[in-house]
Amino acid sequence: MNTPLLDVRNVTMRFGGIVANRNVSFSVERGGVTALIGPNGAGKTTMFNCITGFYRASEGQILLDGPNGPQDIGTLITKPITGGSHLVTRAGIARTFQNIRLFKEMSVVENLLVAQHLVTANNLVSGVLRTPAFRRAEREAVDRAYHWLGEMNLTDDANRLAGELPYGRQRRLEIARAMCTGPKLICLDEPAAGLNPSETRELSEVIQRLCKEHGQTVLVIEHDMGLVMRISDHVVVLDHGEVISDGTPEHVGNDPAVIAAYLGVSEEEVEK
Amino acid sequence: MQTNRLLTLAKQALLTFTVSLILFAPISGLVLEGFSFRNELTRAVLLAALVAAGRVALSLVGMTAIGRKIAGKAASNGSGVTVMTGKEKSPALILGLIFLAGLSLPFFADKYFLGIAILALIYCLLGLGLNIVVGLAGLLDLGFVAFYAVGAYLLALGAQYLGLGFWSALIIAPFLAGLCGMVLAFPVLKMHGDYLAIVTLGFGEIIRLVLNNWLEFTGGPNGASVPPPTLFGLEFTRTAKQGGVPLHDYFGIAYSADYKFWFIYLVLFLVVCLVVYAVERLRVMPLGRMWEALREDEIACRSLGVNHVFTKLTAFMLGASTGGLAGVFFAVHQGFVNPTSFTFFESALILAIVVLGGLGSTVGVIAAALVLTILPELLRDFAEYRVLVFGVLMVVMMIWKPRGLVRVQRPAFFPSTAVKGAGTAPLSASPEAVR
Amino acid sequence: MDVYILIQQLFNGITLGTIYGLIAVGYTMVYGVIRMINFAHGDVYMVSAYIAAITLAVLTFFGIQSVPFALISVLVITCAITALYGWAIERVAYRPLRGSTKLAPLISAIGISLMLQSYVQIAQGARDQGVPTLISGAFRFGDGVHFAQITYMQTVILFASLIAMGILTYVINHTRIGRECRAVQQNIRISAVLGVNTDRIISTVFVIGAATAAVGGVLVTFNYGSFNFFIGFVMGIKAFTAAVLGGIGSLPGAVLGGVLLGLTEALFAGYVSTDYKDVFAFALLIILLFFRPYGLLGRPEIQKV
Repeated sequence: MNTPLLDVRNVTMRFGGIVANRNVSFSVERGGVTALIGPNGAGKTTMFNCITGFYRASEGQILLDGPNGPQDIGTLITKPITGGSHLVTRAGIARTFQNIRLFKEMSVVENLLVAQHLVTANNLVSGVLRTPAFRRAEREAVDRAYHWLGEMNLTDDANRLAGELPYGRQRRLEIARAMCTGPKLICLDEPAAGLNPSETRELSEVIQRLCKEHGQTVLVIEHDMGLVMRISDHVVVLDHGEVISDGTPEHVGNDPAVIAAYLGVSEEEVEK
Repeated sequence: MQTNRLLTLAKQALLTFTVSLILFAPISGLVLEGFSFRNELTRAVLLAALVAAGRVALSLVGMTAIGRKIAGKAASNGSGVTVMTGKEKSPALILGLIFLAGLSLPFFADKYFLGIAILALIYCLLGLGLNIVVGLAGLLDLGFVAFYAVGAYLLALGAQYLGLGFWSALIIAPFLAGLCGMVLAFPVLKMHGDYLAIVTLGFGEIIRLVLNNWLEFTGGPNGASVPPPTLFGLEFTRTAKQGGVPLHDYFGIAYSADYKFWFIYLVLFLVVCLVVYAVERLRVMPLGRMWEALREDEIACRSLGVNHVFTKLTAFMLGASTGGLAGVFFAVHQGFVNPTSFTFFESALILAIVVLGGLGSTVGVIAAALVLTILPELLRDFAEYRVLVFGVLMVVMMIWKPRGLVRVQRPAFFPSTAVKGAGTAPLSASPEAVR
Repeated sequence: MDVYILIQQLFNGITLGTIYGLIAVGYTMVYGVIRMINFAHGDVYMVSAYIAAITLAVLTFFGIQSVPFALISVLVITCAITALYGWAIERVAYRPLRGSTKLAPLISAIGISLMLQSYVQIAQGARDQGVPTLISGAFRFGDGVHFAQITYMQTVILFASLIAMGILTYVINHTRIGRECRAVQQNIRISAVLGVNTDRIISTVFVIGAATAAVGGVLVTFNYGSFNFFIGFVMGIKAFTAAVLGGIGSLPGAVLGGVLLGLTEALFAGYVSTDYKDVFAFALLIILLFFRPYGLLGRPEIQKV
């Protein structure tokens, strides 16, 4: 278990002439919470999109450890014809979005069933004829959906429209949906954005339970420093697209470079 | 306060009247006659006054209490989507009755009415096919008629060159149309959604132009004839032409030209029922759910590992297949095909059916197909205005009720009892384990 | 001798192409601002052809004989009324749909397209209409048997298109409203936050698009002399192809794409087949979208997550 689950190596991301990330390297260990923090515009979300396969990194490698050894995310996206970001999810990275993206006009359970499309029977014929195998797969999928709804305290909302739920529950539903893909790594993009303090507390419990009870590895982008310090085992700080600090929450919290980045001290002063 | 309102209302009316007068005056008011024109300006003034009056009426509805109540009722009734409770009564009885009524229709209807019924069912089929593409998967296909043409010409030209019959065409058509759909859509589906609309529009025109211009192969504007159908080698003609036995001779009954239409109607009705069943099943199947999820949010779908290109492709192909199927029935019913049946207006009519039916609702689409094919037959005097009405309908529906007139219902799901007791659902969903 | 045929086709292609360019401007600007294909645009062009013919008939009725005066007044009146059509369409069919599903405006646009076609057909009849030839004669090159010619009308088309494009470029690049258009094109939400009246800008774009299409409509009508209620459909797809060819969202791209499409189409018609020249244009669109969806001058869009 020495290889980390996710290893980001010297990743640079350019959009035309703009460099969003420069030479970023960090790793995500199994079974823990890794937080990616940094001021606005530091390149966190870009990094996230590279990891989850929505962007192809311009340079460097993002390696996900799997049964057949580490696999580069970038090659999955650029595979001819069948390639694309969906392969990254199939390899084991699930994600949520900063501005919640649920299927609003579908029911909560259906949202979770879509996420399980790989384990349910997709065969047209078996579905139209309702073969026993199809029905069993569907039943298991529904049960799994209810399991995750239970974990997220959403069971009562199962047969409501996803768009009707209050904001905080939509956030949790998005996590449940990502968990239904059976990921090795779940990436949460600002999960506490827009939540009130009690909802945030509930969320941090949920994330901690994912790690402790299910051994889930979590990568999270978050602005709420209280939440980050409470739940994470490992913090990576980005500023101007580069890693400026990497370590335990205590280490990062006392790092002068981090304090400077957040308080806006000019770079010369930091170097002194 | 009151006068103030009246003043704004009057201003609004005047503005609307002026603008519409300028718009209508040249086109409605001055009719070209050679290089000169005929004065019909009263027509334009009347039209403009009508529009202004409509505008004022709309504003009044918004202003007065009673008007608002009516508007509120109209808006709440059927807008949006609901989830079923899982306790609804099974509609099996009603469906069974409708099925029986449909089957027995030929025994009551005369030939004219049966002809309309066949046409209506063909449009049901087309509507159901396009509904998969537009309503479920949210892809705008403006060249749907191309696949309809593929099916129709498959039978016509297949019979001419390869000796294909009705039944073999019925089986081949969906595959051929689906294949065409795949070849067309695959390059486009990776891109921005709107491009698909224009590409399909272009493709529909290409097919029509090729049918029109390739005289040696397709017969050009003169079209091609289609052989009548057969049933187990029995023919529906007075004397056998295709080396079989005429049906009436075989059963020893008197000849009637109606038998052919009875046969077409019954086969078509069964096919429509099958397609309706399949579409209803699809909606609760993973594939159908993925289509709808893609319509809702493509990026979220990709984040869940859904291959968006392939999933859209399946929707597009299945829609095209249904269109091809409808084409075969159209050809065999008419006994003749030519390119004028496959213009853009046909695509627009099918789209109007889907839009009016409510983008995604099977019941709505069937109802709309029946209404939009039977109504113009009854109101032949207004045939001129048909396309205009479709156009107005599309705009009004999109503004007033983009989800259609029929409320969309989503199925409810409940956990199996096993999980409630033991709570041991397989947690790690690994695809390999199940496959 | 063959050289003259080639030159002739090139001339014809360029004139046709500038018209495509004029109409493509409407597609490209609307797409740039609200990311929507305005399917009704081709039919706005068709309406403008009718308005042009009607205006000319009215002018003749009042006894106006001077060709330059007639031409210019037809152009101005047609542009004004067509622009009003553009404004009204946006106001009635698209504005209420902002924030609706992405499918809604497209279907609404198809609805408007059908309405315009059928309205003109009902009001003016389905038969072909025509206008008298205003400007006849041509510059000729070559000897008596083999020659290429560029008609005076074609020269008028080229000049008028150039002037229209020049005015448009000036408006977009040097006026306040043009600046606001460009801002909205970059980012509609931020522009709104910064106090740009985005509704007004979107209306403006529709008005400009319709007016340029009207310039095209007037020129085509006077060049070919005949038209019917269905011409907007094919012209619409072709102009859209031109817009995509040049890179949708780019104004110079629309003109470049139009000229390229006009040239290739004229050469195809001249050397391969006239029956299939529309098929060629539509096929070009499909192939283009496959290999270079962002066109010659467009930039690939970065998907925002």
